[in-house]
Amino acid sequence: MELMSTELIDWSRAQFALTALYHFLFVPLTLGLSFIVAIMETIYVKTGDLKWKTITRFWMTLFAINFAIGVATGLIMEFEFGTNWANYSWFVGDIFGAPLAVEGILAFFMESTFFAVMFFGWNKVSKGFHLLSTWLVAVGSNLSAFWILVANGWMQYPVGMEFNPDTVRNEMASFWDVALSPVAVAKFLHTIGSGYVIGGLFVIGVSAWMILKGRDVLEAKRSMVVGASFGLLVSIFLAVSGDESAYQAAQHQPVKLAAMEGLYKGEERAGIIAVGILNPDKKIGDDLHPIYGDIEIPYALSFLGYHDVDAFVPGLDDLVLGNEKYGIEGAASKIEKGKIAIKALEEYKEAKKADDQTAMSEARKLLDEYMPYFGYGYLEKPTDIVPPIALTFYSFHIMVGLGMWFIILFLIVLYLTMANDITRFRKVLWLALLSIPLGYVAAEAGWVVAEVGRQPWAIQDLMPVGIAATDIDAGNVQVSFWLFALLFTALLIAEIKIMLRQIAIGIKGGH
Amino acid sequence: MKITNIITHIIFFYVDGFRQMKVGKKLWLLIGIKLLILFGVMKFFFFPNYLKTTYDTDEARSMHLIEHLTKERQ
Repeated sequence: MELMSTELIDWSRAQFALTALYHFLFVPLTLGLSFIVAIMETIYVKTGDLKWKTITRFWMTLFAINFAIGVATGLIMEFEFGTNWANYSWFVGDIFGAPLAVEGILAFFMESTFFAVMFFGWNKVSKGFHLLSTWLVAVGSNLSAFWILVANGWMQYPVGMEFNPDTVRNEMASFWDVALSPVAVAKFLHTIGSGYVIGGLFVIGVSAWMILKGRDVLEAKRSMVVGASFGLLVSIFLAVSGDESAYQAAQHQPVKLAAMEGLYKGEERAGIIAVGILNPDKKIGDDLHPIYGDIEIPYALSFLGYHDVDAFVPGLDDLVLGNEKYGIEGAASKIEKGKIAIKALEEYKEAKKADDQTAMSEARKLLDEYMPYFGYGYLEKPTDIVPPIALTFYSFHIMVGLGMWFIILFLIVLYLTMANDITRFRKVLWLALLSIPLGYVAAEAGWVVAEVGRQPWAIQDLMPVGIAATDIDAGNVQVSFWLFALLFTALLIAEIKIMLRQIAIGIKGGH
Repeated sequence: MKITNIITHIIFFYVDGFRQMKVGKKLWLLIGIKLLILFGVMKFFFFPNYLKTTYDTDEARSMHLIEHLTKERQ
């Protein structure tokens, strides 16, 4: 296929990846810490113990620092949609715009109003109203995330729309099908879950540092109980929501699931690779073993993907080349159907120019029939449907491995804090502190799985990335890429510095 | 309470809040600088809305996209 320059597409892609990954360094802590702060304030209001008020205000200040540094970093992606991804933006029409508009209104009214009460309202509004505001900030932040993830979920599993060849846009047919798409809901739950885990890790990690330094030990231990309890619950929730995400991937993005597991030849009663190294020489359709030193959990992939231990899980070979026995259509056949859809759109365009209603109607009928394969028509060869396997595979396994570690860590920390004296377990305290960055590694790895794993699609099956990009000057994209890299790095350094200074002041040090 | 009183209360709530901020002042400065860079530099110089600035009407934008989607590809 003759697309715009690969250099331009790669820079546009790299820029979007950079902004999304950096943005997601700030977002998860906001999601998680907002609820932890609300829980701490609830304990204060319930018990009347002023120590809990001091604790709440300390974590609330750290929440504010993270919120302030992260706010508006997501706007950059909206800039990019209009400039680098203009074709995509037009094609998705109001489907993408509607959830983002709802998000904007919600974020503005809920967060900004109650955020002010949360920070300026101590001693000025009643305890109950202040607590309500803190909870509403938490709920508002999470609702904002919901609408953004609805938009993302639609790209992964486009539903609730009809393509209009007159406007060349997808138009919303059902708002609720878009908003409550199972992929969007699973994505939302798993993403906020990762934010909650990061919140829990942050609280136990910072508290561990304070205990190690012998600062505000009582307050740090209390914080640790809340952080570890919350962290343990949400890390289990994260594992469950991860199961649902894998199930949805199996139903709607089987190529992604196969890449996550490095599965080439599909099998019944498929296991999950717990540990293994991908064979770099492995190609689609050959007989090389795909993974070295693999340790497998039997039946787990069939169960995860289809909730049935006997289920057949298609591999990359089946999805690319087709598998008649299991009724799996190969990519070559889909590419042919995609070309028919594109041809039908072209015929519709010509018929409309000629004002030939009959030809328009025939072309429209053909287009509607083959529209689900539209994007395949732009692919050159069947293997183009395969995402970067190594990046997807390793990111997935890093994410899952770390997720397991977090459950164990929260369990140990909670036990030692509640039933023992955690101040004596310095190695555990160091582990808690060093696990803060691991939370971010896991969350970013999750994004890589979600976004790299769905390549080559900007919109699953409908629009590959090469068609979604705008034909603009690649140099312009390179310059703005480096400017963003500088800006975000500066913001990250600023956040870490301000945060560390505030932590050094201590819990009782005033805010 | 009169509406003007309510509005005055709200204004003073914010004014007092901003006055008493410690870390917050630094954060607001950072937010201001960030927004200035984002909108004053990045958006203005690097991120024009391609279809809005290149085409005048929605019809022209649709035409651009249909041409883009259906042009001959080898």
